[in-house]
Amino acid sequence: MNNKNKKYWKSNLKIVFSLLIIWFVSSFGFGILFSDYLDQFQLGGFKLGFWFAQQGSIYVFVILIFLYVWLMKRLDKRLSEEEDK
Amino acid sequence: MSTQVLTYLFVGASFALYIGIAIWSKAQSTNDFYVAGKGVHPVANGMATAADWMSAASFLSMAGLIAFLGKDGSVYLMGWTGGYVLLALLLAPYLRKFGKFTVPDFIGERYYSKTARKLAVLCLIFISFTYIAGQMRGVGIVFSRFLEVDINTGVIVGMAIVFFYAVLGGMKGITYTQVAQYCVLIFAYLVPAIFISILMTGEVMPQVGFGSKLVDSDIYLLDKLDQVTKDLGFTAYTENVKSNIDIFCITAALMFGTAGLPHVIVRFFTVPNVGAARQSAGYALIFIALLYTTAPAVSAFARMNLIDSIQDQPYSSSPSWFKNWEEIGLIAWKDKNEDQKIQYSSGNALENIKPNYIEGKGSSGERMLANNPDLSNENEVYIDRDIIVLANPEIAQLPGWVIALVAAGGLAAALSTAAGLLLVISSSISHDLLKKTYMPQITEKQELRYARIAAAIAIGIAGIFGIYPPAFVAQVVAFAFGLAAATFFPALFLGIFYKRLNKEGAVIGMMAGLIFTATYIIYFKFINPTLNSDEYWLFGISPEGIGFLGMLLNLSLALILSSFYEPPPEEVIEMVDEIRRP
Repeated sequence: MNNKNKKYWKSNLKIVFSLLIIWFVSSFGFGILFSDYLDQFQLGGFKLGFWFAQQGSIYVFVILIFLYVWLMKRLDKRLSEEEDK
Repeated sequence: MSTQVLTYLFVGASFALYIGIAIWSKAQSTNDFYVAGKGVHPVANGMATAADWMSAASFLSMAGLIAFLGKDGSVYLMGWTGGYVLLALLLAPYLRKFGKFTVPDFIGERYYSKTARKLAVLCLIFISFTYIAGQMRGVGIVFSRFLEVDINTGVIVGMAIVFFYAVLGGMKGITYTQVAQYCVLIFAYLVPAIFISILMTGEVMPQVGFGSKLVDSDIYLLDKLDQVTKDLGFTAYTENVKSNIDIFCITAALMFGTAGLPHVIVRFFTVPNVGAARQSAGYALIFIALLYTTAPAVSAFARMNLIDSIQDQPYSSSPSWFKNWEEIGLIAWKDKNEDQKIQYSSGNALENIKPNYIEGKGSSGERMLANNPDLSNENEVYIDRDIIVLANPEIAQLPGWVIALVAAGGLAAALSTAAGLLLVISSSISHDLLKKTYMPQITEKQELRYARIAAAIAIGIAGIFGIYPPAFVAQVVAFAFGLAAATFFPALFLGIFYKRLNKEGAVIGMMAGLIFTATYIIYFKFINPTLNSDEYWLFGISPEGIGFLGMLLNLSLALILSSFYEPPPEEVIEMVDEIRRP
């Protein structure tokens, strides 16, 4: 693997890893482990922990994938520009 | 027009549409048949993935399950959506770059081993048939309740339709029918949900409605529901019954299982390039989230309406849906205190739980039961959870065309998933077993013919499952996800992210995950079901969540064992380098 590809792969791993942390916190964190704690706060008629478990985590998932699409597009563009040089 | 005529009309029109699409998109080559010529637009593929993914279980059963489970039901909501993040970030783009036809294809080539390929085919067939059995039950329920035909006739009609577009059109036919089926099913799901949301809370969006105040009242719907459920002896609706560790593991098993399901992964082989695969996962999740964020609202509305409409009602004046579903055998009532009124509360109404009807009517006109009442509690009502979505429009007294629409939607959900599953079964047989293992000399034309024959046989077997439903259907759903998580996910993930993994590590890891998970589920579900409670579970993890431990076992064995054997050959390392580039 040449240097450019190595760099690309490293940046890719960084993006994936950071997004997966958000994935974990919003579902397993807010929706399960800290859900009971968050239930003392209200979001309209929802207890907050309950809302994350049944609504919020799903919205976060959708946003995460589109964030990933956008970040990777930017990264791919950078790679192809470097290869053109 | 009566509801039944409308139902025939809606179901008939949707079937005609699917057949039309099948004729228009006939497959010409194996490339068409396996991966729709790799020319599907990301949005279309997103819709097709959503329809492929959302089965009779999502459409018919999930909201009902959540209605009775309350907050514990969140495992399905998070589990069956969160897997798409894993799929998009860890698998789909790379597998698309790999650019072949099937999931066993990747495993066979990445681990340079026919054993690995055959093991993958075996897991794939087992997982997919388990899953299909559930779809057939869905088709049967819709047909028998709404079209008043015999369940067997219903299954045969459904099979004929799937046969037509799956065998003729292959992946290409399936993809475009799934796009149509998505539109039918999502419309059918949202319309009644919006109606009920407006009726109960005055909010148009069900997602907002179930966090709002009830119409003409100052109380939030969920607070009222908590109160009512507690008064009847249940746990409050928004509180957990299951332990945190079990909820954690079930959610994880469903997520990793979702990401490892072959019929979902293969959808990402049909788009033109890596960028499209990433986008397509995003669109798929939007289309899925539309239903999955509505479902918990439907659950809360249904639980509320259900209690309101039957509690303390005399049986003789109970709503007609109650008697209709009793007729089908999915509701039963045993008048324990002989006051001729329906009392619904926590606990099982009957000994042995499931009703066993006998000839004759009781003093109020209810169907007679052979079961003794379960006298440890006051509950008099048995309700099958699968009926909630179908009964919901009737319970809320919505017009007949909405009920007809829901029937067409349920069929769309069941048929689209069944078709997707049949396709991965047939392609793994014709491509992985025949072409790549036992009959390498066959031409593309012959391979295509074998693919069609395999699809036809698989449809036949699925039909038999529908007509003679194995009693264990509900109990084996855990199997499909647990096994996908414990076998496919680690093999695919490490195959991409860990170059040093060799065939020994991968094969032993998959075997260990398979054997551990299957043994645990079979032990608690079939051999010793009386011990199936948290006292006896390993670390308090139920059979539904054990796939997560199976996955960890697979991952660690694969990583440790690889270092004892030779690294993979140079060309495999090069292949991995190649799929890591966009």
